[in-house]
Amino acid sequence: MLRIITPVMRVIEIPMLALQRLLGINRLAWVFLAPNLILFGLFAFLPVILNIFYATTGSDNVLLSDRPYVGARNFVTLTDCGNYLDANSCREDKFWRAVWNTLWFVTLQVGFMVGFALLTALILNRDIRARGFFRSVFFFPVLLSPVVVALIWKWILQREGVLNAFLDWTGVGGVNWLVQADWAFGWSVFISVWAHMGFYTLILLAGLQAIPRDVYEAAIMDRASAWRTFRRITLPLLAPTMLVVLVLALIKGVQTFDEIYAFTGGGPGTATTFIIQYIYEEGFAGAPRLFGLAAAASLLVAGVLVVLTLIQLWVNRRNVNG
Amino acid sequence: MSRLWSFLTATRGRDRLHWTDWVSYGYLIFGVLLMFGPVVWLVLSSFKSPNELDRFPPRFLPYAQETLEIEGFDSPLLAFIVTEGELTGEVVGQTRRAAGRAEVVLPADPETRIRIPADTLAPIEDVAFATENYTSLFERFNFLQFFWNSTFITVMATALMLLVNSMAAFVLSKYEFRGRTAVLLLVIGTLMIPQTVVLVPLFLIVTEMGMFNSLWGVIIPGAATPTGVFLLRQYMITIPDEILDAARMDKASEWKIFWRIIVPLSAPAIAVLAILAIMWRWNDFLWPLIVLTRTENFTLQLALNSFQGELQTDWPSLLAMTVLTLLPIACVFMFLQKYIATGIASTGGK
Repeated sequence: MLRIITPVMRVIEIPMLALQRLLGINRLAWVFLAPNLILFGLFAFLPVILNIFYATTGSDNVLLSDRPYVGARNFVTLTDCGNYLDANSCREDKFWRAVWNTLWFVTLQVGFMVGFALLTALILNRDIRARGFFRSVFFFPVLLSPVVVALIWKWILQREGVLNAFLDWTGVGGVNWLVQADWAFGWSVFISVWAHMGFYTLILLAGLQAIPRDVYEAAIMDRASAWRTFRRITLPLLAPTMLVVLVLALIKGVQTFDEIYAFTGGGPGTATTFIIQYIYEEGFAGAPRLFGLAAAASLLVAGVLVVLTLIQLWVNRRNVNG
Repeated sequence: MSRLWSFLTATRGRDRLHWTDWVSYGYLIFGVLLMFGPVVWLVLSSFKSPNELDRFPPRFLPYAQETLEIEGFDSPLLAFIVTEGELTGEVVGQTRRAAGRAEVVLPADPETRIRIPADTLAPIEDVAFATENYTSLFERFNFLQFFWNSTFITVMATALMLLVNSMAAFVLSKYEFRGRTAVLLLVIGTLMIPQTVVLVPLFLIVTEMGMFNSLWGVIIPGAATPTGVFLLRQYMITIPDEILDAARMDKASEWKIFWRIIVPLSAPAIAVLAILAIMWRWNDFLWPLIVLTRTENFTLQLALNSFQGELQTDWPSLLAMTVLTLLPIACVFMFLQKYIATGIASTGGK
């Protein structure tokens, strides 16, 4: 490795040294920053601005100069609804189905995931044997790729899969899991919790271990019951970590796409189509490619994410200062 | 066994296990089954022959029917044991089977063909790990190409990201210059712009730069990450300034200070970031899905997804390919588990 890196670094040193003589040390800072800033500018900030242009123009041309200005028409199309609670009454009914699916999914997924992560973290925080082993067991699925997660579970849940074999054996009888809308949705929540729970368990466990021991010792002295200790000590002291976990899980939950797309393809019908899949399909998978609608929907998602991220930054800052 | 038991039941400072301990261990063991079980099932399944995969209900271990090499026959015959009739208990090789009757021969007497009802034959099976699923990946699919694409993207993107992010982190931690706060705010700002919400314009930019359907179109856009900059900066701040001053006294150039002093001293943080980057890139899906549309450019993840999308899912190949895709990550996990855990905990994910 070093054999490749060292000559490369030596070569870069020549122009860097020249620039250092030319600019002086302080202005050289910008040279060091340049690659990063250019990449940020080109692939993060410029797209945000362009997104606004896309959202306000129509047609299926990708070049901005070929796209006629349509004002807020894309947003009107997206939000034209007789009744927002009923996707069928909307002009862009697929979008609203995706919105409602995402809301349901995020609520269930974040609820179950944080709940089980907390339970697991509390158990791992007890005096148990082989804690490192158990911790890594729960963490392991976090590393798996979304497609792999989807395929592992698809193989188990397929019509002639091992789960149906087990249910047949117990006499309950198998179900064609991924063909029935409600089951497909339920399993989507399940595999998402399965795949990401370990990550939040890890953060919560770190939070639990940061609670000072002497607080618990004082509780034992006062003969506080286990439940009371949990309610009055553990929960309040863990609250800041819980908040971080909750906001992080929400930010990721809203952006759910990969594993569910590979798992159900959004189906059956649109039962598991979420908002990012809607954007992907409008902009890239369908014909004509409706970049305008996709961009307008992206802006709406971005709005939600900005709010969540600001909350996250605020929470982090409060945790550091407090 | 009893030693293992006493190890598991021993308590720290308490006499015996409380009922809550039993519940805890019960939960954890259930967790092990739920987390590892599906992966174990996948790996076992990937070693089953297509016939065995079609079997319902499935069996836990992969089995294969034994075959007999019998003189006078070009190919090995499937081995059966006879359960009824006068040949009961004999091992026979089957030559033909039609309309409920089978034609078999005894290994000792290959000349005489005996016709008996097919339902009196029970296959002789043994646990056997079929590797055909794996070898066929290399023969029938462009597996090596997908593997190479994934590897190239992962290695290049990680190297680029480490270089670019550590350069920025070095300056942001060790220099006092006007505009530093502004740059830091800018970096925080990019946290709010995940790739998922700028797909359309990002696609335009990448296309305009001629990187559509090119592996570089996946590598370059993600090379600068706010997470990477912050993780490295946090670490570099702890490096004492005196070392830098001493190097400057010796007339070392700033670049030399960066890669001879700062980079080696931040090795632990760089290692953590490297592991995270490898994981992100190897598992990346949505952006490659948009940029890479030609089969020869597919990464493993895209190939996996596209094969399962076909009407008739080819499970034997798919299972083997899934195992090979998760293998590198599983290896990384086994050896570097501790770093990954601390890395993820300290950055809060992506």
